[in-house]
Amino acid sequence: MGQDTILSTFGPAYREVAVGKIATLATQAPLLLECGAEIASFPLAYQTYGTLNAEKSNAILVCHGLTGDQYAASDHPVTGKPGWWEMLIGPGKPIDTDRFFVIATNVLGGCMGSFGPKSVDPVTGKPYGLHFPVVTIADMVRAQALLIDALGIHQLFSVLGGSMGGMMALAWATLFPERVFSAVPIASSARHSAQNIALHEIGRQSIMVDPDWHEGRYLEAGTFPVKGLSVARMAAHVTYLSEEALHRKFGRSLQNRDQLSFGFEADFQVESYLRYQGAAFVERFDANSYFYITRAMDYFDLTQGGLAQRFKGTKTRFLVVSFSSDWLFPTSESRTIVRALSAVAANVSFAEITTDKGHDAFLLDEPEFAAIVRGFLRGAADKRGIT
Amino acid sequence: MKTLRPDLRAIADLVPPGSKVLDVGCGDGELLAWLAQEKQVDGRGLELSQSGVNASIARGLSVVQGDADADLSDYPAGVYDYVILSQTLQTMRHPRDVLENLVRIGKHAIVSVPNFGYWKNRFYLLFFGRMPVTRTLAFQWHDTPNIHFCTLSDFVTLCEETHITIEKRVYVDDGGAPSHFQGRSFLANLLGEQGIFLLSAGLL
Repeated sequence: MGQDTILSTFGPAYREVAVGKIATLATQAPLLLECGAEIASFPLAYQTYGTLNAEKSNAILVCHGLTGDQYAASDHPVTGKPGWWEMLIGPGKPIDTDRFFVIATNVLGGCMGSFGPKSVDPVTGKPYGLHFPVVTIADMVRAQALLIDALGIHQLFSVLGGSMGGMMALAWATLFPERVFSAVPIASSARHSAQNIALHEIGRQSIMVDPDWHEGRYLEAGTFPVKGLSVARMAAHVTYLSEEALHRKFGRSLQNRDQLSFGFEADFQVESYLRYQGAAFVERFDANSYFYITRAMDYFDLTQGGLAQRFKGTKTRFLVVSFSSDWLFPTSESRTIVRALSAVAANVSFAEITTDKGHDAFLLDEPEFAAIVRGFLRGAADKRGIT
Repeated sequence: MKTLRPDLRAIADLVPPGSKVLDVGCGDGELLAWLAQEKQVDGRGLELSQSGVNASIARGLSVVQGDADADLSDYPAGVYDYVILSQTLQTMRHPRDVLENLVRIGKHAIVSVPNFGYWKNRFYLLFFGRMPVTRTLAFQWHDTPNIHFCTLSDFVTLCEETHITIEKRVYVDDGGAPSHFQGRSFLANLLGEQGIFLLSAGLL
Protein backbone atom coordinates (compact mmCIF):
# COMPACT_ATOMS: atom_id res chain seq x y z
CA MET A 1 0.00 0.00 0.00
CA GLY A 2 3.04 2.27 0.08
CA GLN A 3 6.07 2.90 2.20
CA ASP A 4 6.29 3.22 5.93
CA THR A 5 7.45 6.78 6.30
CA ILE A 6 8.48 9.75 4.24
CA LEU A 7 11.16 12.36 5.00
CA SER A 8 9.87 15.89 5.27
CA THR A 9 11.40 19.20 6.30
CA PHE A 10 10.05 21.44 9.04
CA GLY A 11 10.54 24.99 10.18
CA PRO A 12 13.04 27.70 9.24
CA ALA A 13 15.93 25.28 9.93
CA TYR A 14 14.52 22.79 7.40
CA ARG A 15 14.78 20.06 10.00
CA GLU A 16 14.31 16.64 8.37
CA VAL A 17 11.89 14.33 10.17
CA ALA A 18 10.41 10.99 9.13
CA VAL A 19 6.59 11.08 9.15
CA GLY A 20 4.08 8.38 8.31
CA LYS A 21 2.71 5.85 7.78
CA ILE A 22 2.25 6.55 4.12
CA ALA A 23 -0.40 5.01 1.88
CA THR A 24 -0.05 5.60 -1.86
CA LEU A 25 -3.57 6.10 -3.19
CA ALA A 26 -5.32 6.44 -6.57
CA THR A 27 -2.77 4.17 -8.24
CA GLN A 28 -5.33 2.62 -10.61
CA ALA A 29 -7.51 5.62 -11.43
CA PRO A 30 -6.92 9.28 -10.58
CA LEU A 31 -8.97 11.17 -8.01
CA LEU A 32 -10.94 14.01 -9.56
CA LEU A 33 -10.87 17.10 -7.35
CA GLU A 34 -13.69 19.64 -7.17
CA CYS A 35 -11.50 22.26 -8.84
CA GLY A 36 -11.28 19.96 -11.89
CA ALA A 37 -7.70 18.77 -11.35
CA GLU A 38 -6.89 15.07 -11.17
CA ILE A 39 -4.35 13.59 -8.79
CA ALA A 40 -2.92 10.09 -8.96
CA SER A 41 -0.52 7.89 -6.97
CA PHE A 42 -0.45 10.41 -4.16
CA PRO A 43 0.67 9.86 -0.56
CA LEU A 44 -1.67 10.08 2.41
CA ALA A 45 -0.12 9.85 5.87
CA TYR A 46 -2.00 8.08 8.64
CA GLN A 47 -1.71 6.39 12.01
CA THR A 48 -3.83 3.61 13.48
CA TYR A 49 -4.53 2.57 17.05
CA GLY A 50 -6.17 -0.65 18.23
CA THR A 51 -7.06 -3.68 16.12
CA LEU A 52 -9.49 -4.10 13.23
CA ASN A 53 -11.90 -6.94 14.04
CA ALA A 54 -12.60 -9.85 11.68
CA GLU A 55 -15.87 -8.30 10.44
CA LYS A 56 -14.07 -4.98 9.90
CA SER A 57 -16.96 -3.30 11.67
CA ASN A 58 -15.12 -1.47 14.46
CA ALA A 59 -13.19 1.18 12.52
CA ILE A 60 -13.36 4.78 13.71
CA LEU A 61 -11.94 7.64 11.66
CA VAL A 62 -10.90 10.72 13.63
CA CYS A 63 -10.47 13.93 11.65
CA HIS A 64 -8.18 16.72 12.75
CA GLY A 65 -8.70 20.47 12.87
CA LEU A 66 -6.93 23.11 10.78
CA THR A 67 -3.40 22.51 12.04
CA GLY A 68 -3.75 19.01 13.47
CA ASP A 69 -2.45 15.82 11.90
CA GLN A 70 -2.44 12.03 12.03
CA TYR A 71 -0.74 11.91 15.42
CA ALA A 72 -4.02 11.83 17.33
CA ALA A 73 -2.95 9.37 20.01
CA SER A 74 0.81 9.01 19.68
CA ASP A 75 3.78 11.31 20.19
CA HIS A 76 4.34 13.92 17.52
CA PRO A 77 7.65 13.30 15.70
CA VAL A 78 8.38 17.01 15.26
CA THR A 79 7.29 18.47 18.59
CA GLY A 80 7.63 15.35 20.74
CA LYS A 81 4.30 16.23 22.34
CA PRO A 82 1.54 13.69 23.03
CA GLY A 83 -1.22 13.21 20.45
CA TRP A 84 -3.87 15.91 20.17
CA TRP A 85 -6.73 13.64 21.26
CA GLU A 86 -4.97 11.41 23.76
CA MET A 87 -7.46 12.40 26.39
CA LEU A 88 -10.17 10.66 24.29
CA ILE A 89 -8.31 7.87 22.43
CA GLY A 90 -6.65 4.92 24.14
CA PRO A 91 -7.29 1.70 26.05
CA GLY A 92 -10.36 2.17 28.26
CA LYS A 93 -10.78 5.78 27.11
CA PRO A 94 -14.01 7.08 25.48
CA ILE A 95 -12.69 6.12 22.03
CA ASP A 96 -11.60 2.79 23.42
CA THR A 97 -8.75 1.19 21.47
CA ASP A 98 -9.43 -2.11 23.26
CA ARG A 99 -12.72 -2.13 21.38
CA PHE A 100 -12.26 0.05 18.32
CA PHE A 101 -9.75 0.37 15.49
CA VAL A 102 -8.93 4.06 15.23
CA ILE A 103 -7.60 5.64 12.05
CA ALA A 104 -6.28 9.20 11.85
CA THR A 105 -5.01 10.73 8.62
CA ASN A 106 -3.20 13.89 7.74
CA VAL A 107 -5.55 15.72 5.34
CA LEU A 108 -4.92 16.17 1.65
CA GLY A 109 -3.10 19.52 1.40
CA GLY A 110 -1.47 18.97 4.78
CA CYS A 111 2.21 19.05 5.66
CA MET A 112 2.79 15.93 7.78
CA GLY A 113 3.44 13.51 4.95
CA SER A 114 0.21 13.76 2.95
CA PHE A 115 0.12 15.12 -0.58
CA GLY A 116 0.32 18.90 -0.24
CA PRO A 117 2.05 22.07 -1.42
CA LYS A 118 5.31 20.92 0.21
CA SER A 119 5.33 17.79 -2.02
CA VAL A 120 7.72 17.82 -4.96
CA ASP A 121 6.22 18.14 -8.43
CA PRO A 122 7.83 15.34 -10.48
CA VAL A 123 7.57 17.47 -13.63
CA THR A 124 9.60 20.42 -12.32
CA GLY A 125 11.49 18.70 -9.52
CA LYS A 126 10.44 21.56 -7.23
CA PRO A 127 7.85 21.79 -4.46
CA TYR A 128 4.36 22.53 -5.81
CA GLY A 129 3.90 25.61 -3.64
CA LEU A 130 0.89 27.53 -4.91
CA HIS A 131 0.78 25.33 -8.03
CA PHE A 132 -0.78 22.67 -5.87
CA PRO A 133 -4.49 22.37 -6.80
CA VAL A 134 -6.98 24.01 -4.43
CA VAL A 135 -8.58 21.25 -2.39
CA THR A 136 -11.94 21.18 -0.61
CA ILE A 137 -13.25 19.39 2.46
CA ALA A 138 -15.01 16.95 0.10
CA ASP A 139 -11.69 16.26 -1.66
CA MET A 140 -10.03 15.56 1.68
CA VAL A 141 -12.83 13.14 2.52
CA ARG A 142 -12.67 11.40 -0.87
CA ALA A 143 -8.93 10.92 -0.36
CA GLN A 144 -9.65 9.40 3.06
CA ALA A 145 -12.24 7.13 1.47
CA LEU A 146 -9.54 5.75 -0.83
CA LEU A 147 -7.48 4.92 2.25
CA ILE A 148 -10.48 3.25 3.90
CA ASP A 149 -10.93 1.22 0.68
CA ALA A 150 -7.27 0.26 0.76
CA LEU A 151 -7.68 -0.94 4.35
CA GLY A 152 -10.51 -3.17 3.13
CA ILE A 153 -13.12 -1.40 5.26
CA HIS A 154 -16.55 -0.87 3.76
CA GLN A 155 -18.33 0.96 6.57
CA LEU A 156 -16.79 3.12 9.26
CA PHE A 157 -18.36 2.58 12.64
CA SER A 158 -17.89 6.26 13.36
CA VAL A 159 -16.32 9.44 12.02
CA LEU A 160 -15.45 11.99 14.68
CA GLY A 161 -13.83 15.37 14.41
CA GLY A 162 -13.67 18.82 15.91
CA SER A 163 -13.74 22.14 14.06
CA MET A 164 -12.60 21.37 10.49
CA GLY A 165 -12.66 17.71 11.54
CA GLY A 166 -16.36 18.17 12.26
CA MET A 167 -16.84 19.52 8.74
CA MET A 168 -15.17 16.36 7.48
CA ALA A 169 -17.48 14.19 9.60
CA LEU A 170 -20.46 16.01 8.05
CA ALA A 171 -18.97 15.66 4.58
CA TRP A 172 -18.49 11.93 5.14
CA ALA A 173 -22.10 11.55 6.29
CA THR A 174 -23.45 13.37 3.25
CA LEU A 175 -21.03 12.07 0.56
CA PHE A 176 -20.94 8.45 1.74
CA PRO A 177 -24.00 8.01 4.00
CA GLU A 178 -24.00 4.22 3.69
CA ARG A 179 -20.35 4.06 4.74
CA VAL A 180 -20.85 5.95 8.00
CA PHE A 181 -22.70 4.19 10.82
CA SER A 182 -22.33 7.16 13.14
CA ALA A 183 -20.91 10.66 12.89
CA VAL A 184 -19.79 13.10 15.59
CA PRO A 185 -19.23 16.70 14.42
CA ILE A 186 -17.86 18.68 17.36
CA ALA A 187 -17.55 22.47 17.65
CA SER A 188 -18.22 22.67 13.96
CA SER A 189 -20.49 24.10 11.31
CA ALA A 190 -22.34 23.14 8.14
CA ARG A 191 -20.90 26.21 6.44
CA HIS A 192 -17.96 28.41 7.27
CA SER A 193 -19.22 31.78 8.50
CA ALA A 194 -18.30 35.14 7.01
CA GLN A 195 -16.55 36.04 10.26
CA ASN A 196 -14.42 32.92 10.08
CA ILE A 197 -13.53 33.53 6.44
CA ALA A 198 -12.50 37.04 7.45
CA LEU A 199 -10.29 35.70 10.23
CA HIS A 200 -8.65 33.26 7.84
CA GLU A 201 -7.98 36.07 5.40
CA ILE A 202 -6.11 37.98 8.12
CA GLY A 203 -3.91 34.92 8.60
CA ARG A 204 -3.23 34.49 4.91
CA GLN A 205 -2.50 38.17 4.40
CA SER A 206 -0.01 38.24 7.24
CA ILE A 207 1.90 35.41 5.53
CA MET A 208 1.70 37.07 2.11
CA VAL A 209 3.25 40.30 3.33
CA ASP A 210 6.26 38.48 4.76
CA PRO A 211 9.08 38.99 2.18
CA ASP A 212 10.42 35.54 3.09
CA TRP A 213 7.26 34.00 1.67
CA HIS A 214 8.45 34.63 -1.92
CA GLU A 215 4.99 34.18 -3.48
CA GLY A 216 4.89 30.70 -2.01
CA ARG A 217 8.32 29.69 -3.36
CA TYR A 218 10.18 29.99 -0.05
CA LEU A 219 11.35 26.37 -0.14
CA GLU A 220 13.13 27.08 -3.42
CA ALA A 221 14.52 30.34 -2.05
CA GLY A 222 15.73 28.58 1.08
CA THR A 223 13.80 30.99 3.30
CA PHE A 224 10.78 30.56 5.57
CA PRO A 225 8.01 33.11 6.32
CA VAL A 226 8.56 32.85 10.05
CA LYS A 227 7.10 36.25 10.91
CA GLY A 228 4.02 35.97 8.72
CA LEU A 229 3.16 32.45 9.78
CA SER A 230 3.66 33.18 13.46
CA VAL A 231 1.48 36.30 13.31
CA ALA A 232 -1.19 34.24 11.53
CA ARG A 233 -0.99 31.72 14.35
CA MET A 234 -1.14 34.38 17.05
CA ALA A 235 -4.29 35.90 15.58
CA ALA A 236 -5.88 32.49 15.12
CA HIS A 237 -4.91 31.33 18.58
CA VAL A 238 -6.90 34.13 20.19
CA THR A 239 -10.00 32.91 18.33
CA TYR A 240 -9.59 29.44 19.83
CA LEU A 241 -9.83 30.81 23.37
CA SER A 242 -12.38 32.94 25.15
CA GLU A 243 -12.22 36.19 27.04
CA GLU A 244 -12.88 34.31 30.29
CA ALA A 245 -10.17 31.74 29.57
CA LEU A 246 -7.63 34.44 28.74
CA HIS A 247 -8.57 36.36 31.84
CA ARG A 248 -8.37 33.27 34.04
CA LYS A 249 -5.01 32.27 32.59
CA PHE A 250 -3.27 35.62 32.36
CA GLY A 251 -5.44 38.49 33.48
CA ARG A 252 -3.33 41.64 33.09
CA SER A 253 -0.31 40.04 34.73
CA LEU A 254 3.05 41.39 33.65
CA GLN A 255 5.76 39.17 32.20
CA ASN A 256 9.12 39.12 34.02
CA ARG A 257 8.72 42.68 35.26
CA ASP A 258 6.90 44.57 37.96
CA GLN A 259 6.07 47.72 36.05
CA LEU A 260 5.09 48.76 32.54
CA SER A 261 8.01 49.24 30.16
CA PHE A 262 6.42 52.18 28.32
CA GLY A 263 7.58 50.44 25.16
CA PHE A 264 6.51 47.58 22.96
CA GLU A 265 8.22 44.64 24.55
CA ALA A 266 5.96 41.84 25.74
CA ASP A 267 4.90 43.61 28.93
CA PHE A 268 1.96 41.33 29.53
CA GLN A 269 2.01 37.60 30.04
CA VAL A 270 -0.65 37.17 27.39
CA GLU A 271 1.63 38.82 24.81
CA SER A 272 4.53 36.63 25.73
CA TYR A 273 2.28 33.56 25.56
CA LEU A 274 1.07 34.46 22.06
CA ARG A 275 4.60 35.08 20.82
CA TYR A 276 5.56 31.67 22.14
CA GLN A 277 2.56 30.07 20.38
CA GLY A 278 3.56 31.72 17.10
CA ALA A 279 7.22 30.73 17.42
CA ALA A 280 6.38 27.11 18.27
CA PHE A 281 3.92 26.84 15.39
CA VAL A 282 6.42 27.71 12.63
CA GLU A 283 8.64 24.83 13.75
CA ARG A 284 5.98 22.28 12.78
CA PHE A 285 3.68 23.80 10.16
CA ASP A 286 4.01 24.77 6.53
CA ALA A 287 2.88 28.25 5.46
CA ASN A 288 1.48 27.09 2.13
CA SER A 289 -0.50 24.30 3.77
CA TYR A 290 -1.99 27.02 5.95
CA PHE A 291 -3.30 28.64 2.77
CA TYR A 292 -4.76 25.45 1.33
CA ILE A 293 -6.42 24.19 4.46
CA THR A 294 -7.94 27.52 5.49
CA ARG A 295 -9.27 27.83 1.93
CA ALA A 296 -10.85 24.38 2.10
CA MET A 297 -12.70 25.46 5.25
CA ASP A 298 -13.76 28.76 3.67
CA TYR A 299 -15.27 26.91 0.72
CA PHE A 300 -17.20 24.51 2.93
CA ASP A 301 -20.97 25.02 2.65
CA LEU A 302 -23.48 22.20 2.96
CA THR A 303 -26.40 24.59 3.20
CA GLN A 304 -26.70 25.33 -0.50
CA GLY A 305 -29.84 23.63 -1.76
CA GLY A 306 -31.02 23.10 1.81
CA LEU A 307 -29.09 21.42 4.58
CA ALA A 308 -31.94 19.10 5.58
CA GLN A 309 -32.14 17.88 1.99
CA ARG A 310 -28.56 16.61 2.27
CA PHE A 311 -29.47 14.41 5.20
CA LYS A 312 -32.72 13.06 3.78
CA GLY A 313 -33.07 9.32 4.33
CA THR A 314 -29.88 9.11 6.39
CA LYS A 315 -29.52 6.09 8.64
CA THR A 316 -26.39 7.48 10.29
CA ARG A 317 -26.59 8.13 14.04
CA PHE A 318 -25.35 11.63 14.85
CA LEU A 319 -23.93 13.22 17.96
CA VAL A 320 -23.48 16.98 17.64
CA VAL A 321 -21.53 18.77 20.37
CA SER A 322 -20.86 22.45 20.96
CA PHE A 323 -19.15 24.43 23.74
CA SER A 324 -20.84 27.36 25.43
CA SER A 325 -17.90 29.80 25.23
CA ASP A 326 -16.88 28.92 21.65
CA TRP A 327 -17.37 32.08 19.62
CA LEU A 328 -15.56 30.76 16.53
CA PHE A 329 -18.02 27.89 16.02
CA PRO A 330 -20.81 28.97 18.35
CA THR A 331 -23.62 26.72 19.53
CA SER A 332 -25.97 28.32 17.01
CA GLU A 333 -23.94 26.66 14.21
CA SER A 334 -24.40 23.26 15.80
CA ARG A 335 -28.09 23.93 16.34
CA THR A 336 -28.47 24.58 12.62
CA ILE A 337 -27.13 21.09 11.96
CA VAL A 338 -29.38 19.56 14.61
CA ARG A 339 -32.44 21.36 13.27
CA ALA A 340 -31.79 20.03 9.76
CA LEU A 341 -31.33 16.51 11.11
CA SER A 342 -34.51 16.75 13.19
CA ALA A 343 -36.39 17.95 10.13
CA VAL A 344 -35.68 14.65 8.39
CA ALA A 345 -36.29 12.65 11.60
CA ALA A 346 -32.65 11.53 11.70
CA ASN A 347 -31.22 9.84 14.75
CA VAL A 348 -29.48 12.77 16.41
CA SER A 349 -28.18 13.69 19.83
CA PHE A 350 -26.99 17.15 20.70
CA ALA A 351 -25.37 18.65 23.74
CA GLU A 352 -23.86 22.00 24.52
CA ILE A 353 -21.07 21.63 27.06
CA THR A 354 -20.80 24.49 29.53
CA THR A 355 -17.17 25.61 29.69
CA ASP A 356 -15.13 28.81 29.62
CA LYS A 357 -12.39 27.29 27.45
CA GLY A 358 -13.69 28.47 24.08
CA HIS A 359 -13.23 26.61 20.80
CA ASP A 360 -10.16 24.80 22.13
CA ALA A 361 -12.36 22.95 24.62
CA PHE A 362 -12.70 20.02 22.22
CA LEU A 363 -8.97 19.36 22.64
CA LEU A 364 -8.96 19.75 26.41
CA ASP A 365 -9.96 17.73 29.42
CA GLU A 366 -13.72 18.28 29.66
CA PRO A 367 -15.20 15.42 31.69
CA GLU A 368 -18.82 16.01 30.56
CA PHE A 369 -17.71 16.00 26.93
CA ALA A 370 -15.71 12.80 27.40
CA ALA A 371 -18.67 11.12 29.14
CA ILE A 372 -20.99 12.01 26.30
CA VAL A 373 -18.62 10.70 23.61
CA ARG A 374 -18.13 7.52 25.62
CA GLY A 375 -21.87 6.98 26.13
CA PHE A 376 -22.74 7.74 22.53
CA LEU A 377 -20.12 5.36 21.11
CA ARG A 378 -21.08 2.66 23.59
CA GLY A 379 -24.77 2.94 22.65
CA ALA A 380 -23.97 2.96 18.93
CA ALA A 381 -21.57 0.01 19.27
CA ASP A 382 -24.31 -2.03 20.94
CA LYS A 383 -26.61 -1.25 18.02
CA ARG A 384 -23.86 -2.17 15.55
CA GLY A 385 -23.17 -5.39 17.40
CA ILE A 386 -19.54 -4.61 18.19
CA THR A 387 -18.33 -6.59 21.19
CA MET B 1 -33.91 -2.82 35.02
CA LYS B 2 -35.03 -0.61 37.85
CA THR B 3 -38.74 -0.09 38.32
CA LEU B 4 -40.28 3.03 36.90
CA ARG B 5 -41.90 5.80 38.89
CA PRO B 6 -45.64 4.91 39.03
CA ASP B 7 -46.75 7.85 36.86
CA LEU B 8 -44.09 7.00 34.23
CA ARG B 9 -45.22 3.39 34.38
CA ALA B 10 -48.77 4.49 33.58
CA ILE B 11 -47.40 6.30 30.50
CA ALA B 12 -45.21 3.35 29.49
CA ASP B 13 -48.24 1.07 29.62
CA LEU B 14 -49.82 3.11 26.82
CA VAL B 15 -46.86 2.55 24.46
CA PRO B 16 -46.98 -0.61 22.30
CA PRO B 17 -43.72 -2.57 21.87
CA GLY B 18 -41.50 -1.59 18.94
CA SER B 19 -42.99 1.87 18.43
CA LYS B 20 -41.09 4.99 17.50
CA VAL B 21 -41.21 7.40 20.42
CA LEU B 22 -40.17 11.00 21.08
CA ASP B 23 -40.00 11.94 24.77
CA VAL B 24 -40.23 15.71 25.13
CA GLY B 25 -38.63 16.81 28.39
CA CYS B 26 -37.06 13.40 28.88
CA GLY B 27 -35.01 14.39 31.94
CA ASP B 28 -32.19 11.91 32.53
CA GLY B 29 -33.81 9.44 30.10
CA GLU B 30 -35.35 7.14 32.70
CA LEU B 31 -38.51 6.47 30.72
CA LEU B 32 -36.76 6.19 27.33
CA ALA B 33 -34.20 3.76 28.70
CA TRP B 34 -36.95 1.64 30.20
CA LEU B 35 -38.96 1.68 26.97
CA ALA B 36 -35.87 0.74 24.90
CA GLN B 37 -35.01 -2.11 27.23
CA GLU B 38 -38.44 -3.52 28.00
CA LYS B 39 -40.41 -2.65 24.88
CA GLN B 40 -37.72 -2.41 22.18
CA VAL B 41 -38.87 1.11 21.44
CA ASP B 42 -36.91 3.27 18.96
CA GLY B 43 -36.70 6.31 21.20
CA ARG B 44 -35.53 9.91 20.93
CA GLY B 45 -35.57 12.66 23.50
CA LEU B 46 -35.67 16.43 23.77
CA GLU B 47 -34.44 17.95 27.04
CA LEU B 48 -33.65 21.45 28.21
CA SER B 49 -31.19 20.79 31.03
CA GLN B 50 -27.56 20.01 30.28
CA SER B 51 -27.38 17.55 33.16
CA GLY B 52 -30.39 15.64 31.79
CA VAL B 53 -29.01 15.59 28.24
CA ASN B 54 -25.57 14.48 29.36
CA ALA B 55 -26.98 11.70 31.51
CA SER B 56 -29.25 10.53 28.68
CA ILE B 57 -26.56 10.48 26.00
CA ALA B 58 -24.08 8.87 28.38
CA ARG B 59 -26.53 5.98 28.79
CA GLY B 60 -26.69 5.55 25.02
CA LEU B 61 -29.94 7.36 24.26
CA SER B 62 -30.47 9.78 21.36
CA VAL B 63 -31.32 13.07 22.99
CA VAL B 64 -31.20 16.63 21.71
CA GLN B 65 -30.63 19.56 24.03
CA GLY B 66 -33.36 22.01 23.26
CA ASP B 67 -36.48 23.88 24.23
CA ALA B 68 -39.86 22.36 23.39
CA ASP B 69 -41.40 25.83 23.09
CA ALA B 70 -38.97 26.72 20.30
CA ASP B 71 -37.77 23.47 18.76
CA LEU B 72 -40.81 21.26 18.23
CA SER B 73 -41.72 23.15 15.07
CA ASP B 74 -38.50 21.76 13.49
CA TYR B 75 -39.88 18.22 13.61
CA PRO B 76 -41.80 16.92 10.59
CA ALA B 77 -45.38 15.67 10.88
CA GLY B 78 -46.32 12.10 11.69
CA VAL B 79 -42.83 10.62 12.01
CA TYR B 80 -43.27 9.29 15.54
CA ASP B 81 -45.86 6.79 16.70
CA TYR B 82 -45.98 8.35 20.16
CA VAL B 83 -44.80 11.72 21.44
CA ILE B 84 -44.64 11.86 25.21
CA LEU B 85 -44.82 14.97 27.37
CA SER B 86 -44.65 14.05 31.02
CA GLN B 87 -45.30 16.65 33.73
CA THR B 88 -43.93 19.40 31.51
CA LEU B 89 -46.85 21.16 29.80
CA GLN B 90 -47.27 23.52 32.75
CA THR B 91 -43.70 24.80 32.28
CA MET B 92 -44.23 25.80 28.65
CA ARG B 93 -44.58 29.39 27.57
CA HIS B 94 -47.09 28.40 24.90
CA PRO B 95 -48.76 25.20 26.07
CA ARG B 96 -51.41 25.34 23.38
CA ASP B 97 -48.82 25.50 20.56
CA VAL B 98 -46.81 22.74 22.19
CA LEU B 99 -49.88 20.54 22.45
CA GLU B 100 -50.76 21.10 18.82
CA ASN B 101 -47.16 20.28 17.83
CA LEU B 102 -47.25 17.05 19.81
CA VAL B 103 -50.24 15.65 17.92
CA ARG B 104 -48.74 16.91 14.65
CA ILE B 105 -45.37 15.19 15.14
CA GLY B 106 -46.83 12.02 16.61
CA LYS B 107 -49.62 9.79 15.39
CA HIS B 108 -50.48 9.82 19.09
CA ALA B 109 -49.40 11.98 21.99
CA ILE B 110 -49.27 10.97 25.63
CA VAL B 111 -49.47 13.95 27.96
CA SER B 112 -49.47 13.90 31.72
CA VAL B 113 -50.47 17.03 33.62
CA PRO B 114 -50.52 17.75 37.34
CA ASN B 115 -54.02 18.71 38.46
CA PHE B 116 -54.11 22.12 40.10
CA GLY B 117 -57.70 21.29 41.03
CA TYR B 118 -56.66 18.26 43.08
CA TRP B 119 -58.36 18.47 46.47
CA LYS B 120 -55.11 18.85 48.42
CA ASN B 121 -54.15 21.86 46.29
CA ARG B 122 -57.57 23.40 46.72
CA PHE B 123 -57.40 22.70 50.45
CA TYR B 124 -53.96 24.29 50.73
CA LEU B 125 -55.05 27.45 48.99
CA LEU B 126 -58.41 27.62 50.74
CA PHE B 127 -57.21 27.09 54.31
CA PHE B 128 -53.63 28.34 54.32
CA GLY B 129 -54.27 31.08 51.80
CA ARG B 130 -50.90 30.20 50.25
CA MET B 131 -49.94 28.76 46.87
CA PRO B 132 -49.79 24.97 47.22
CA VAL B 133 -46.39 23.35 47.72
CA THR B 134 -46.77 19.59 47.43
CA ARG B 135 -44.84 16.56 46.20
CA THR B 136 -45.76 17.14 42.52
CA LEU B 137 -45.84 20.94 42.84
CA ALA B 138 -42.65 21.14 44.84
CA PHE B 139 -41.75 24.80 44.27
CA GLN B 140 -42.33 28.15 45.88
CA TRP B 141 -44.39 30.47 43.67
CA HIS B 142 -41.42 32.74 42.90
CA ASP B 143 -38.97 30.11 41.73
CA THR B 144 -41.27 27.58 40.11
CA PRO B 145 -40.75 26.48 36.52
CA ASN B 146 -44.51 25.85 36.47
CA ILE B 147 -45.99 28.91 34.84
CA HIS B 148 -49.21 27.59 33.30
CA PHE B 149 -51.22 25.59 35.76
CA CYS B 150 -54.50 23.98 34.81
CA THR B 151 -57.00 21.59 36.28
CA LEU B 152 -57.86 18.34 34.53
CA SER B 153 -61.15 19.92 33.40
CA ASP B 154 -59.26 22.89 31.94
CA PHE B 155 -57.02 20.53 30.01
CA VAL B 156 -59.99 18.65 28.57
CA THR B 157 -61.51 21.96 27.49
CA LEU B 158 -58.27 22.94 25.73
CA CYS B 159 -58.29 19.64 23.83
CA GLU B 160 -61.86 20.35 22.71
CA GLU B 161 -60.98 23.85 21.59
CA THR B 162 -58.00 22.61 19.58
CA HIS B 163 -59.96 19.67 18.10
CA ILE B 164 -57.63 17.18 19.74
CA THR B 165 -59.17 13.78 20.33
CA ILE B 166 -58.78 12.26 23.79
CA GLU B 167 -58.49 8.56 22.98
CA LYS B 168 -57.93 7.52 26.54
CA ARG B 169 -57.47 9.13 29.93
CA VAL B 170 -56.21 7.83 33.23
CA TYR B 171 -56.48 9.94 36.37
CA VAL B 172 -54.17 8.76 39.10
CA ASP B 173 -54.11 9.49 42.83
CA ASP B 174 -51.04 10.61 44.75
CA GLY B 175 -49.87 7.01 45.10
CA GLY B 176 -49.75 6.75 41.31
CA ALA B 177 -52.64 4.26 41.21
CA PRO B 178 -55.67 4.91 38.98
CA SER B 179 -58.17 7.09 40.80
CA HIS B 180 -61.62 5.69 41.60
CA PHE B 181 -63.19 8.50 39.65
CA GLN B 182 -62.48 8.92 35.96
CA GLY B 183 -64.16 10.92 33.21
CA ARG B 184 -65.53 14.45 33.30
CA SER B 185 -67.10 14.47 36.73
CA PHE B 186 -66.57 16.96 39.55
CA LEU B 187 -65.10 14.19 41.67
CA ALA B 188 -62.66 13.07 38.99
CA ASN B 189 -61.31 16.61 38.78
CA LEU B 190 -61.14 16.78 42.58
CA LEU B 191 -59.55 13.40 43.34
CA GLY B 192 -57.12 12.89 40.45
CA GLU B 193 -53.67 14.16 41.41
CA GLN B 194 -52.59 14.03 37.80
CA GLY B 195 -54.09 13.03 34.49
CA ILE B 196 -52.50 10.98 31.75
CA PHE B 197 -54.06 11.52 28.35
CA LEU B 198 -53.66 9.58 25.13
CA LEU B 199 -54.31 12.09 22.36
CA SER B 200 -54.40 12.34 18.61
CA ALA B 201 -55.06 15.10 16.13
CA GLY B 202 -58.77 15.44 15.58
CA LEU B 203 -60.21 14.97 12.13
CA LEU B 204 -61.17 18.32 10.74
